[in-house]
Amino acid sequence: MHELAITQNIFDLTLEQARQAGARRVGKINLVIGEMTGVVSDCVRFYFGFISRGTMAEGATLSFVMVPPKAKCRDCNKLFKLKEFDWTCPHCGGSRLQIVAGEELFVESIEVE
Amino acid sequence: MEIKVLKDILGANEQIAERNRRLLDEKGVFAVNLMASPGAGKTSLILETIKRLEGKARIGVIEGDVSSSLDAETVGKEGVPVIQINTGGACHLDANMVANALDNVPLRDIELLIIENVGNLICPAAFALGEHRKVLLASTPEGDDKPFKYPMMFQKADVVLINKMDLLPYLKFDIQRLSRAVRGINEKAEILPISCTTGQGIQEWVAWLLKQMEQRQNRQA
Repeated sequence: MHELAITQNIFDLTLEQARQAGARRVGKINLVIGEMTGVVSDCVRFYFGFISRGTMAEGATLSFVMVPPKAKCRDCNKLFKLKEFDWTCPHCGGSRLQIVAGEELFVESIEVE
Repeated sequence: MEIKVLKDILGANEQIAERNRRLLDEKGVFAVNLMASPGAGKTSLILETIKRLEGKARIGVIEGDVSSSLDAETVGKEGVPVIQINTGGACHLDANMVANALDNVPLRDIELLIIENVGNLICPAAFALGEHRKVLLASTPEGDDKPFKYPMMFQKADVVLINKMDLLPYLKFDIQRLSRAVRGINEKAEILPISCTTGQGIQEWVAWLLKQMEQRQNRQA
């Protein structure tokens, strides 16, 4: 049900921006979603179909850029891909890290007519 | 035509959460968002906390559940004001649900508001409610790999409580492994082993809570 709330917000944001631009139809919505958020794209598409019915966003394509989790080692400052169940830095073996990517959850742009 | 949006999908929730926080600040109420898996012991922790804080802080509770008012009834027996939110299927509380509940919480009569979130370690991490601190309650039967599975939750917590320490002799649970993982992504969080059954660590937890409340008061004064 997490996705329902998120989809509703995507829809609201899209319609607000489209109206401001005086658009008649929304063709595409470009989303950036971090993998760590756990948001399932198929699920968002499914809900969007229901929510957008009868609106100018009906039939819009949802495009997802999924961002894999990435961390920065706080010991050697190098970036590395965060692996499941192993959070040590592959460069220096340090375990103090800062998550720098993978938590994104935003609407990048919309394409309207 | 392409329109750049670059807006946080949960931005509307953040705004309402900020409003909630301002309201709580005005009324001098300190709020914690208590998050955990189902069955970790959230309600037991609340009951223990109410007992230990009697005479030290006046408490109110918001109970978030998918359905039923069982937890609210249990907590209500302790004589503190309890407001039940039934999310009607949603797996987390959001700021708007809490805003509506706050209308019914006697904010003038309390100093500490405990918001018991829906049992879930995924969605609640994404939805700010207007709380001052995030409390994450883990428990030993859940395993020591929880931070790897739910990093966002562990990264955002201000304190990580590890409940059911009394069951340790029966489980393969390495508290060092869990602590190391939490420390890796979250240096500031305090990690406190507790047991609501034996009372282990509850004093430390309550002391942490009182310290946070005091710091907040001093900052506002």
